Amino acid sequence: MTMHMSGWIEVGGVGDVPLRGSRVVRAPGGDIALFKSADGHIFALRDQCPHKMGPLSQGIVHGRSVTCPLHNWIIDLESGEAQGADHGCSNVIALRVEAGRILLDARALALEAA
Amino acid sequence: MTEKLVVIGNGMAAGRVLDHLFERDAGRYSVTVFGSEPRVNYNRILLSPVLSGEKEFDDIVTHDQAWYESHGVDLRAGVTIVSIDRAARTVTDSAGLVTSYDKLLVATGSSPFVIPVPGANLPGVVTYRDLDDVNAMLAAAQKGGSAVVIGGGLLGLEAAAGLAARGMKVSVVHLMPTLMERQLDAAAGYLLQGAMQSRGVDVFTKANTKAVVGDSGKVEGVLLEDGRTLPADIVVMAVGIRPNAALGKAAGLTVNRGIVVDDEMRTSDPDVFCVGECVEHRGQCYGLVAPLFDMAKVVAARLMDDPAPRYEGSSVSTKLKVTGVDLFSAGDFNEADDREDIVLRDASRGVYKRLVLKDDRLIGAVMYGDTADGAFFFDLLKTGADVSDMRDTLIFGQSFVGGANQDPNAAVAALAASAEICGCNGVCKGTINEAIAAKGLTDVAGVRAHTKASASCGSCTGLVEQLLSISLGAGFQKADVEPMCGCTELGHDDVRRLIVARELKSIPQVMQELEWKTSCGCAKCRPALNYYLLCDWPTEYQDDSQSRFINERVHANIQKDGTYSVVPRMWGGVTSPAELRAIADVADKFAIPTVKVTGGQRIDLLGVRKEDLPAVWADLNAAGMVSGHAYAKGLRTVKTCVGTDWCRFGTQDSTGLGIKIERFMWGSWTPAKVKMAVSGCPRNCSEATCKDVGVICVDSGYEIHFAGAAGLHVRQTDLLGKAATEDECIEIIAALTQAYREQGRYLERMYKWSNRVGLETIRAQIMDDMPRRKALYQRFVVSQATAQTDPWAERVAGKEAHEFNPLMMELAEAAE
Ligand code: SRM
Ligand SMILES: Cc1cc2nc3c(=O)[nH]c(=O)nc-3n(C[C@H](O)[C@H](O)[C@H](O)COP(=O)(O)OP(=O)(O)OC[C@H]3O[C@@H](n4cnc5c(N)ncnc54)[C@H](O)[C@@H]3O)c2cc1C
Ligand code: SF4
Ligand code: FES
Repeated sequence: MTMHMSGWIEVGGVGDVPLRGSRVVRAPGGDIALFKSADGHIFALRDQCPHKMGPLSQGIVHGRSVTCPLHNWIIDLESGEAQGADHGCSNVIALRVEAGRILLDARALALEAA
Repeated sequence: MTEKLVVIGNGMAAGRVLDHLFERDAGRYSVTVFGSEPRVNYNRILLSPVLSGEKEFDDIVTHDQAWYESHGVDLRAGVTIVSIDRAARTVTDSAGLVTSYDKLLVATGSSPFVIPVPGANLPGVVTYRDLDDVNAMLAAAQKGGSAVVIGGGLLGLEAAAGLAARGMKVSVVHLMPTLMERQLDAAAGYLLQGAMQSRGVDVFTKANTKAVVGDSGKVEGVLLEDGRTLPADIVVMAVGIRPNAALGKAAGLTVNRGIVVDDEMRTSDPDVFCVGECVEHRGQCYGLVAPLFDMAKVVAARLMDDPAPRYEGSSVSTKLKVTGVDLFSAGDFNEADDREDIVLRDASRGVYKRLVLKDDRLIGAVMYGDTADGAFFFDLLKTGADVSDMRDTLIFGQSFVGGANQDPNAAVAALAASAEICGCNGVCKGTINEAIAAKGLTDVAGVRAHTKASASCGSCTGLVEQLLSISLGAGFQKADVEPMCGCTELGHDDVRRLIVARELKSIPQVMQELEWKTSCGCAKCRPALNYYLLCDWPTEYQDDSQSRFINERVHANIQKDGTYSVVPRMWGGVTSPAELRAIADVADKFAIPTVKVTGGQRIDLLGVRKEDLPAVWADLNAAGMVSGHAYAKGLRTVKTCVGTDWCRFGTQDSTGLGIKIERFMWGSWTPAKVKMAVSGCPRNCSEATCKDVGVICVDSGYEIHFAGAAGLHVRQTDLLGKAATEDECIEIIAALTQAYREQGRYLERMYKWSNRVGLETIRAQIMDDMPRRKALYQRFVVSQATAQTDPWAERVAGKEAHEFNPLMMELAEAAE
């Protein structure tokens, strides 16, 4: 993996994440979940449900949300917020897509790790 | 001596008169019915679902052959009456045969009007009135190509939607500026036009037909007044109807537009009654069934010399039977100075509602997109109630008028007992509630059977369900009424029916065609659709792994800490030292923290890391073990006892049979999980009587039980039937499972399916109807051919590798 000057870290290609699916990124500070919505947008969240830490990467992706596999909370991919009656938030990781490569914000990750 | 009643015309009105007549006194008349159509009585208004493929002709028959026989009715199907001799009291048919009567009932209905343009009688021009017309359209649709429907009224639009559903390229040509202008105002007409266009139907309004063209003895197109020609392989004329009054007129009865009757439904001849669309009553002719059914009650009473009921005219309301288009209209909504309009629009939901008031009374209502309050408004309209004190909130419907009420049943609960629920059959709320109480009814089918409510066009099914739910409370399975999820208005059964009828073969196609409200569904509907498609198109459908719950996506059960459990199949609960050794080795090699014997007679390895799954499976595969599908909405376990092999009471080889069943049925997907068991004698050590399917061996063969459960609900099985041999036993179980696969709603366990459709219905399909059993069995076999590949082996070989290989990141290094 290359370290970019700006503090963006490349983790893979857009094509590595299945449509309406997800991919786990193993990071020292804890797993990160990459999601790709039906319209091809990539999102990154800490792979932990605000409810009981369920792995969001294992959920079903629909619209711009994911349903947690453990107890069906629905998490908004853009804000990380739980939807509906549930309350809680999963950290959003800033990301950029450049020439088909996915770059995550190293500072956000460092904070996560701390 | 019995009197002779002759009926001319075997349509909806005639059929209903006979129903009422036999309810009152089955023996008084000897009845002869003449019908031009060569078939039994059927529900004409359901021809559109037959055309679109949502129903079969058999589903819409109201009186079958057996009915005529058991009621002693002499049915002359395919025989037309050409004249009536009132002096001699006889009728003559087209073959010249003369039949005499004491009382005559004319129920000849009406005929479609054909506009007299050049080419109107070319082959390929059809009208829309009876089954022959539908068959002609279906024959055309089979060849594909284009259809032009002339007339944008109720019938024309239903024909257009049906032909489009059958894959034709359809255009509707309509003379007026907006569709259904007699029932809808312009705003609703436009919304409807949009809905038709989104179904791929082109709509030409203000379009006058000049000619139907075609030379080689067949239609080729429709020429419009403005010079445009629309290509057509078939032309459907649906521009209006005309009462069939000619026979009456020739017989000297008083006839204007229709055959004139008084409030007792008598024509100018006291022995001749008339009913249906051929009638003119107080200057009015009708073209919908509700008035005809009102008339039929009066006719039947009169034939029994009961002078009480009188016919005083009907108000009518209209609903269009195009799946997914919700519209309702009733009364008068022309603009005038003395009238006041209340309008509500909600563009985001595609809702439009308009009420027309005159002197503080509701005289007209149009609703598009949300017709839930149709019955409420129609009731206000018919009773002419003063609405001044609810005027401000009236348009929001009944729940608002009664105060801010959150109960979805409140609107229906508040209806008066006299409020009409079923417009087609004129059944009011009180009648339905009485039937529910008196007959102990628990479902819509029961209400239909006893009151006829929702038996015709079916659009009041939701209201009937709400009445059931109000009467029965928690005892009513409200799931029946519920949409699949927030993404659609359609319930599971409708979606399943439409997937088959319209041959929808992918999730995006279902969502497009059935107008899903979300872009790609949700976690509730996607897994259900994936299952339905897999079940209905086993050899064609491509499974969508992103529409599966994680357990079925990675073929292991997720645990609370994000690790997985692995349960290999242990056929019939029988294992061997070699298998046990392999399991032990795997547990050691991957440091699997827990090894547990399950309640399903096999071994669970709990706490496996996701990345290790393929390697764990590879080792288990190498020892001959495959996935136990402990995660699947599919066949889980077949528990057995030791049977004749060892047990001193065993009557049959229960272990062997259990293994055979599991080997034959593993891998099949089902609406919810399926667990089975085989016990060697009625001591039942494998607990077969609390399984989805359980076999109890007895000396003479095999008792097959089903619909048991021992989870959230404990329910003992019901006996389905007996089999003499193992093969027969397996055939029955596979057919039963296939019926459940095809009829069960997603996540509905077998016992819930059985509670819903009824033990007798299922037994009739599997045990009594041999051809049906064989067909079900055959379909199960076909789907197994593609289902029985071990998902573990596939993943060991690299399928869906991204699931098990996380992307890596060296954050420590990067953050320095
Ligand atoms: C492992 C096992 C418990 C055990 O250690 O014995 C088990 C474990 C689970 N059961 Fe069970 N059930 C197990 C036998 C049963 C039985 C007994 C049986 O099959 O004879 C029942 C009652 C019989 C029945 O189903 O009617 C049973 C009734 C349930 C239910 C209630 C189902 C219902 O419709 O009422 C659930 C919940 C559900 O499916 O929604 C459930 C759900 C579960 C889940 C899948 C919970 C979940 O969603 O994560 C558990 C998964 C654990 C895992 O990862 O393995 N389990 N579960 C048993 C596995 C059997 C096997 O070999 O496949
Ligand atoms: C496709 C379609 C959809 C419809 N949808 C709706 C709807 O949603 N809601 C609604 O309220 N209404 C609907 N209607 C209208 C409804 O079907 C009619 O109002 C109703 O069928 C009229 O009943 P009837 O008994 O008067 O006439 P019919 O049902 O037409 O019966 C008359 C019968 O008499 C026979 N006959 C005529 N002359 C003779 C003769 N001389 N000798 C022997 N037999 C003869 C005819 O062949 C016919 O079978 C629809 C109609 C069609 C065609
Ligand atoms: S009973 Fe079944 S679902 Fe409940 S904790 Fe035990 S294994 Fe889990
Ligand atoms: S941990 Fe996600 S819903 Fe409970």
